[in-house]
Amino acid sequence: MIELELHALAHARTGDKGNRLNVSLIAYEPAIYPLLVKHVTETAVAMRFIHRRPSAVMRYELPKMHALNFVLDDVLDGGVTQALNLDSHGKTLSFHLLGLRIPVPEDLVKHARTNRGGN
Amino acid sequence: MVERLLVGAGAGYSGDRIEAPIAVVRDLKASGERAAIIFETLGERTLALAQLRRRENPQLGYEPKLRPLLTPVLKDCVENKIAIVGNFGAGNPPAAAKLIAGLAAEQKVRARIGVVTGDDMLGPEGLEVLRAASNELPDDRALVSANAYLGAAPIVEALGEGADIVVTGRVADPALTLGPLIHAFGWAFDDWHRLGVGTMAGHLLECGAQVTGGYFADPGFKDVPEPENIGFPIANIERSGDFVIGKAQGGGLVDRRTVAEQLLYEVHDPAAYLTPDVTADIGNASIVEVGKDRVRVDGITGHQRPDTLKVTVCYDGGWLAEGEISYYGPNAIARAKLAAEVVRKRSPKNIRIRCDIIGVLSVLGDDGGTSFAGIDAFGEPTSDVRLRVAFAGDDKSLVERGLQEVEALYCAGPAAGGGIRLALRPRIAATSCFIPRSAVTPRVEIVEARP
Repeated sequence: MIELELHALAHARTGDKGNRLNVSLIAYEPAIYPLLVKHVTETAVAMRFIHRRPSAVMRYELPKMHALNFVLDDVLDGGVTQALNLDSHGKTLSFHLLGLRIPVPEDLVKHARTNRGGN
Repeated sequence: MVERLLVGAGAGYSGDRIEAPIAVVRDLKASGERAAIIFETLGERTLALAQLRRRENPQLGYEPKLRPLLTPVLKDCVENKIAIVGNFGAGNPPAAAKLIAGLAAEQKVRARIGVVTGDDMLGPEGLEVLRAASNELPDDRALVSANAYLGAAPIVEALGEGADIVVTGRVADPALTLGPLIHAFGWAFDDWHRLGVGTMAGHLLECGAQVTGGYFADPGFKDVPEPENIGFPIANIERSGDFVIGKAQGGGLVDRRTVAEQLLYEVHDPAAYLTPDVTADIGNASIVEVGKDRVRVDGITGHQRPDTLKVTVCYDGGWLAEGEISYYGPNAIARAKLAAEVVRKRSPKNIRIRCDIIGVLSVLGDDGGTSFAGIDAFGEPTSDVRLRVAFAGDDKSLVERGLQEVEALYCAGPAAGGGIRLALRPRIAATSCFIPRSAVTPRVEIVEARP
């Protein structure tokens, strides 16, 4: 068992509506999806975004897309029309989720992405 | 009978790439299929900004880039029967129609323009409806815009009257696509399954390049071919509702990953994506690559539409100011933090203030870009930092007063601060409420443009 960042296993995109943020988390390989379901729980995501004080975190499972969709309430300081943040949409926050580390069994490590020539 | 319709995206937001529609129209034309092109240019606040422009000049209030967006494609589209559907009417669809009519005349083409209105709720009757729906709205005087999200029906009506171009204000983004689909295939307005599928096809198209490799590249992990020249999406939709997402020639890509990211973009409950036309359901969706840059989405469906319509209400949101100053080298962060503390102590107490420290390489770099090329060799990024202070409040003079304290850091702040930038702008706040469908009456008017 080793620990890897989600960035090696999945990709993500955020969207905003008012003060509510959604973050999709999509496994690169279907074999990784159960691992996401197991470790990237509502609690784990709430902890990851604790500094934004979410009032609620909902997780939706999309097994056929091997994806999870998280909805975080009240994490955008009022959202695009109120927040003082440079990124008032929360667009950059998908990569904050991708920085979360989860344990990966040896037999699944082969599915992890490593940097293939980028910077 | 039409068996398929190609729908291309020409713009995914107000600031989108002006050249993008040219390749889309070229490919739609070359296909020989029946086709439409959509332009989505309205964000949550874009409409409020448009209303402000209209207040200054009643001939304005539509998408400011409308002329450059349509100039290269209008004639081709009209002559090849490629319907143009756009919410670029923003806060003033009739004025946008006038501009388009003028453009058509200049290009010597005859065109019918369908103008969709009825979304504006700022009149006395509309306000009464809004006040009944929500008790959290500000004073009438502070209101800038209030627009109901219309569905596909008025677009279908305009196309039915032979419109070559349909110009709307606020409509649900996927309705721009769903309108031409219903018109082409005669889908019923309660055919929830097909409306759900068509809506999600529209959802995939409405952000332009976001489904074809835009907003996607992560070097070494998710690489995008020719990211500087991404082809915008084109969906091939069958009468049955089956569809394949592809793209116009150029760079970018369409695969399982790009489609998955965009399918879930701004979605909350995947089984209940609410629009004025249908409650779309992607809970059982699966994504299938059927060829290079060709992806099919299976398993989408839809359920009965909501009883209410969403209204976005924008109002005066006070003032936002931002000031920045850089510090470099030994103890840079400590100097930036001290500057933040000094600004806080000097600024008025009854405004909101936020401080950030930004930085990798900025003030040490050179105009020729040599240092940017070797950015990894500059060691600890934290020695090149930039303090950003943001101020917000209702009173412009207090916000300005705070900003002035950033400016004063040159002579009266910590050592060696440089590169001050200051910006002050009014802010639009937004909220939303839900009103009964019956309170909104979409209207369609046809304008004839003759050379």
